[in-house]
Amino acid sequence: MSRTPPVDDVIVNVDHNRGSRRQSRAWLGGLFRAVALAAVAVVLLVVLLTVTGQRTGEALIALVTGAAGTWYAITSATLVRAIPLALAGLAVSLAFRAGILNIGAEGQLLAGAAAATFATLAAPQLGVATIPLLLAAGCVAGAAWAGIAAFLRQKLGVLEVISTIMLNYVALHTVGYLVRGPLQESTHVFPQSFNIDRIAQLPIIIPRTRLHLGFVFAVVIGVALWWWLKDRAGGFRLRAVGANAHAAESAGRINVARTTTIAFLASGAIAGLAGATQLSGVTYSLYETISPGYGYTAIAVALLARLNPLGVLVAAVLFGALEAGANAMQRDAGVPEVLVSVVEALLILLVLAADRWRTRQVRMTEASI
Amino acid sequence: MIDAFLEATIRWSTPFALAALGECVSERAGVINIGLEGSIIAGALGATVGAGVFGPTFGFVAGALSGLVIAAFFGVFAVALRSDQIITGTAITMFSLGLTGTLYRLIYGASGVSLSTPTTGVLPLPVLSAIPVIGPALFIQPPITYALYVAIACVAWWMARTQSGLALRAVGERPDAATAAGINVRRVQFGAVLFAGAMAGLAGATLVLAQAGTFVENMSAGRGFIAIAIVVLGRWRPLGVAAASLLFGAAYTLQNLFQSLGLSNVPYNLFLAVPYVLTLIVLALFRSGTSSPAALGQREIVSR
Repeated sequence: MSRTPPVDDVIVNVDHNRGSRRQSRAWLGGLFRAVALAAVAVVLLVVLLTVTGQRTGEALIALVTGAAGTWYAITSATLVRAIPLALAGLAVSLAFRAGILNIGAEGQLLAGAAAATFATLAAPQLGVATIPLLLAAGCVAGAAWAGIAAFLRQKLGVLEVISTIMLNYVALHTVGYLVRGPLQESTHVFPQSFNIDRIAQLPIIIPRTRLHLGFVFAVVIGVALWWWLKDRAGGFRLRAVGANAHAAESAGRINVARTTTIAFLASGAIAGLAGATQLSGVTYSLYETISPGYGYTAIAVALLARLNPLGVLVAAVLFGALEAGANAMQRDAGVPEVLVSVVEALLILLVLAADRWRTRQVRMTEASI
Repeated sequence: MIDAFLEATIRWSTPFALAALGECVSERAGVINIGLEGSIIAGALGATVGAGVFGPTFGFVAGALSGLVIAAFFGVFAVALRSDQIITGTAITMFSLGLTGTLYRLIYGASGVSLSTPTTGVLPLPVLSAIPVIGPALFIQPPITYALYVAIACVAWWMARTQSGLALRAVGERPDAATAAGINVRRVQFGAVLFAGAMAGLAGATLVLAQAGTFVENMSAGRGFIAIAIVVLGRWRPLGVAAASLLFGAAYTLQNLFQSLGLSNVPYNLFLAVPYVLTLIVLALFRSGTSSPAALGQREIVSR
């Protein structure tokens, strides 16, 4: 009987020592996986649309054109939505890799967006330094928000799943207060903040689209994280702790508390950055619905990518397309947009079931030997 | 004043106590069901539909059944396939929030304005409600609250005093030993999960049929997660859970009181955050320690 690690296979069975020779095959496998998941998502959507009695054909056409019908749809709908999903997805996957179930990316994202809004107040004095400052503020606020849950976990043994979810609600209501109080726009009518200064807005990287610099951040952080987890000692320690904290502590002499706390804070910082880039690149103003659940969708993104940072980038584009398409479906075919979260949840469950199935096959083979 | 406060506290506590009592049973069997939130929102929608067709009583039945169906879905993955309970529960909650949102818009239209369902009024119990101070608070309540009192007593007795209650606790502490003693661990856990789902469904039905009188998307507002914290605070005991629910009922009552006082210079959004902050404080102050079931969240039946 093989020893069972305390966390899920999704977290554990990820690219164990993929040698460079096997790299290309792994890439192919990943690509196959992405295509398969996209296909499954479409099948699930068709089934749900049919079962709920929608005009399936019309809805699907709206979905495809809304996500990838034109150059503008690809860059300004799909990829723009993929940015927060990728950043929050990287945040979630980093935490999950370390065995921390951070369900709080949503709250950390909101904290980041709120802090970034405060930072833009300094725009007239700071000029071009505003953007770095607001991004840093977002990271720090996200890390601090995650830090509350990290502290509660480390010092008081509070299950981070519950504490991060609670912190999501606290963040939501705090933003609700801020946009009706200290940060409200000057007419004091709408529950949203003032528009941020032009100099605080992230530059557009492709002319005549809405694709902003945040896209580059997501790709750079994704690749960096992938390399760090694969090749660096710190990355190895983090994976070891996530796979089996007890073994890492006793056999590997790894400081588990330190490793998990740092991973938790870094995860929060990346989620906070997602909020800051969303504010500075897309909405230009803070309001309660600045994130339509990106922090939750990010969990699906991370799990479907099997917590691999490069996979997260791919999955984020897939989910960005799904969300952009769903938006068009609601607009053009009257299909409730929330249907997409049903598809996302079913995808997570399918991946979980598939992983269990695979583990069971492996066990049976081991037993027969 | 104090009467009104106690009465409102019990009223607001009822959905928490219902859901937490179910979760308590599930956790004593070793299964932590984060999908509880999903069962609550499903129960709320099920109750809205059921009550609209056959009246409030059937609404509660429909609510319990809806919660149970969602929990069954959770059970297939977490208990039968033995996937990670927490990730499965998170996915189930996402699934249920999305599904209820979709169905609600399909059934009642995109805006869903001014949807109101028949509600159960209060049913004062003779004699008992005449007890000073606590009488009106405890016994001038909707019928579901009385059902809750009975359920708490039954579950407490069942868990502590019956063979099957012992089996449930054995499964949650040492599933391998329970298996050796001839207990079907999966069956016990699945049963506990279904019970928790039905109770959470009743909690959702209570939100609609005894409180709001309408369905709103995401109206469960994290109550399922708060219920899990209540189980920790109640030390995994039915009576403890019932007492812990009162704290959260009181928090909601105070929050509403502050809001209704109409202090326009005090932002109401900060009051809305109070129950969640309270949950964090409660979790921080009351460590789970040794009273949590030993095999809680454990995936493998045969321990290492």
